[in-house]
Amino acid sequence: MMQEGLDDGPDFLSEEDRGPRAVNVDLQTDATLQVDISDALSERDKVKFTVHTKSTLPNFKQNEFSVVRQHEEFIWLHDSFVENEEYAGYIIPPAPPRPDFDASREKLQKLGEGEGSMTKEEFTKMKQELEAEYLAIFKKTVAMHEVFLCRVAAHPVLRKDLNFHVFLEYNQDLSVRGKNKKEKLEDFFKNVVKSADGVLVAGVKDVDDFFEHEKTFLLEYHNRVKDASAKSDRMIRSHKNAADDINRIASSLYTLGTQDSTDLCKFFLKVSELFEKTRKIEARVAADEDLKLADLLKYYLRESQAAKDLLYRRSRALVDYENANKALDKARAKNRDVLQAETSQQLCCHKFEKISESAKQELIDFKTRRVAAFRKNLVELAELELKHAKGNLQLLQSCLGVLKGNT
Amino acid sequence: MQDVVLSQNRNPVTVAAVKLLKPELFLLFSGKVEVSLESDESVFTVFSLEASQPASLPAEDISTNSNGPKQDLLFDDDPEDLFAEATEEVSLDSPERDVLLSDGPSFYCFQMNLKVCFFVQIEEEEGGDSFDIHISVSEPREVGDFMFFLSPSSRQTSMSLFKQKDFSVKRRFSDFLGLHSKLASKYLHIGYIVPPAPEKSIVGMTKVKVGKEDQSSNEFVEKRRSALERYLMRTVKHPILLKDPDVLQFLESSEQRWTPANGNKAADAVNKMTIKMNESDAVKAAAFENLDVQLRKLHASVKLSVNTAQFAKSAAMLGNSEDHTALSRALSQLAEVEEKIDQLHQDQANGDFYLFSELRGLRTTGVFEHRMKTWQKWQDSQMLLQKKREAEAKLQFTNKPDKLQQAKDEIKELEGKVQQGERDFEQISKTIRKEVSRFEKERVKDFKTIIVKYLESLVLTQQQLIKYWEAFLPEAKAIS
Repeated sequence: MMQEGLDDGPDFLSEEDRGPRAVNVDLQTDATLQVDISDALSERDKVKFTVHTKSTLPNFKQNEFSVVRQHEEFIWLHDSFVENEEYAGYIIPPAPPRPDFDASREKLQKLGEGEGSMTKEEFTKMKQELEAEYLAIFKKTVAMHEVFLCRVAAHPVLRKDLNFHVFLEYNQDLSVRGKNKKEKLEDFFKNVVKSADGVLVAGVKDVDDFFEHEKTFLLEYHNRVKDASAKSDRMIRSHKNAADDINRIASSLYTLGTQDSTDLCKFFLKVSELFEKTRKIEARVAADEDLKLADLLKYYLRESQAAKDLLYRRSRALVDYENANKALDKARAKNRDVLQAETSQQLCCHKFEKISESAKQELIDFKTRRVAAFRKNLVELAELELKHAKGNLQLLQSCLGVLKGNT
Repeated sequence: MQDVVLSQNRNPVTVAAVKLLKPELFLLFSGKVEVSLESDESVFTVFSLEASQPASLPAEDISTNSNGPKQDLLFDDDPEDLFAEATEEVSLDSPERDVLLSDGPSFYCFQMNLKVCFFVQIEEEEGGDSFDIHISVSEPREVGDFMFFLSPSSRQTSMSLFKQKDFSVKRRFSDFLGLHSKLASKYLHIGYIVPPAPEKSIVGMTKVKVGKEDQSSNEFVEKRRSALERYLMRTVKHPILLKDPDVLQFLESSEQRWTPANGNKAADAVNKMTIKMNESDAVKAAAFENLDVQLRKLHASVKLSVNTAQFAKSAAMLGNSEDHTALSRALSQLAEVEEKIDQLHQDQANGDFYLFSELRGLRTTGVFEHRMKTWQKWQDSQMLLQKKREAEAKLQFTNKPDKLQQAKDEIKELEGKVQQGERDFEQISKTIRKEVSRFEKERVKDFKTIIVKYLESLVLTQQQLIKYWEAFLPEAKAIS
């Protein structure tokens, strides 16, 4: 199988610069805690990430160390944040998506089966393409896991989390198993309840203008990002397909051109060559669009969901607070269990205010991050598109020169 | 506005006068009718049709259904009349029924559109030892179905091939296809390389039919026009094809005789048959088939265009809901850029399609397959002969004189067939060899021009792309 060739990839990341490869997020690098994924290994159906930490914080035994983690352990860490009441007032950095090589593996398999039906050149070409695709997916999943860790490390509160430190430092298996069926079912029901609750809670009008505005804004924004993300994926896929078509045509022309050595066949060869080169550029364009546009939108889809979750938790706390108030009034009226009602109300009030305070800052930070990330990616997208268009242009003009010169 | 008078000396009919409005003709009639349109001094018969039941009127082109509509049409010698010395055809297009008159139970009203006419000019160049015929196809006059006019220009030398010196004919696109299929059925099986007709493009045609008056449908019309021109030029450049009576009739006759597109399908079906005779031919055939498939796939770049347009809209929506002003503006700009790129993709796809349909014309497999078929026939009859000889040998030992005689007769017949098969095969091989060398010479020149044009269009596309992104970049940088 193809993957075996990629197993030994200890240094495949070495050509890129070390340091947070935060493609989608603009983060400050803080010397007190720096986290990155220095290496990754792809086995049959698992990916093993080497998480490398550099820190001057006293919490850690050493200043620099590495551990090996798998995807499930990232999820465990993320879920522990979500379940922690203390962090209710923060935007929890979205969990990285599961590494998904299924599509790529399927294609490689199909290629292997169809080997007999195409020429040797076609086969090698397609094989190279698919290998490159596999590698690209691999790099992407590494980047997304890394971004998650960097976000946590950059967050003033989350970075101090104990689970996080264990995750970074404990150099043995965390024994985090994936959720079994029962737990998955529980999760499913929890989600159903949560979304139902979310609907109820969303109806509550907020006294605070800021949050009211944020609520409406986030709802609309999230939906539109979702739409844009789906459409950009489709567009980029079409782009890749169009590039692939050109490749097959180039191969056919090449076959024709090698039939004999008449003038006509020489033309076939030249045109075939040209198409091959333009196709490579088109594929690069699609890949860059994928990286700068599609990934950006996907990431902010997840982040805006996390922000919405924060707002939900706050609204929930508000409802609880209001309910506690009502209960207190009732208790005072009946003059029964007043103390209990009072403490409960105090708790709710405190919780609500704590969440509100941090939520405000979180949402402002979210906006700043978002704007910066979009700016960076849109600028890079435009620059790359320009670069490729100019490259294409040069290629075409030189080929034209050759063809015209031969007249 | 012309008055239409339904002539009463043709068929019993009760009709009223109808006003002819370009481009619509409202016609009232009942029963069988042959309609003449009168316009000042000119009278011409347009069509004859039957309308016995209102419910079952075909929405097809009536002109092909009717039996030889008489079309001796004369026009005023109006110098501004574009249709001078040309025939004009008006035919039914999706008849709509509308009862206009109240008296009489069975009046039907039809709406017809004038068809589009392409003018094809045939010019002859002066002097030269071998004749040089130049054919040009002019632009269509009206949007609708295509019609082509072959109209004359100055003819210096007299051509014995053509009866007239000056002539113009109009032809529909499907007529060209019909001509091609006829030539293919006549000549392919004896080894001549018949130039392929331009492709039908459903995308382009629907756009034009819908009446979209935008740049891309004009480009489509233009591309089709030039493709038809090239096709005719190639056909007349072929020394044998030029002398073919069908070709001459196509170029000259004012009558319409070509069967519509159905004929073309037969030719295509023949082309698709493959009989493997030897490796290289088969590989060539396979490579061309492959190319065909891929070329059609490239039209999936139409899909890319659709998806790009959708993304552009989505990005615009996102920009709307973004509350950071500079970012919002940048996103709207991105949406605009993507829209423009989408337009570029569409134009490029049109260009691709025509390039590849021209490349397709480089196929010579049609003739090769016929050669294979001839060879196969010859081999088959040889094998049959062998079998019959064996059977005859066996019969020698039995006492059946009449059966023996029958066998001897059959053998004689088969021997004749075998000889004919061998002759046919050698003939077709010789012809093909000549054709291929002539073909190569012609096509190399053609191919070059086509490819160069295509690359130039690609260059333009890339230059446009650069312009768009360069305009976008400062907007993106302005986000703060």
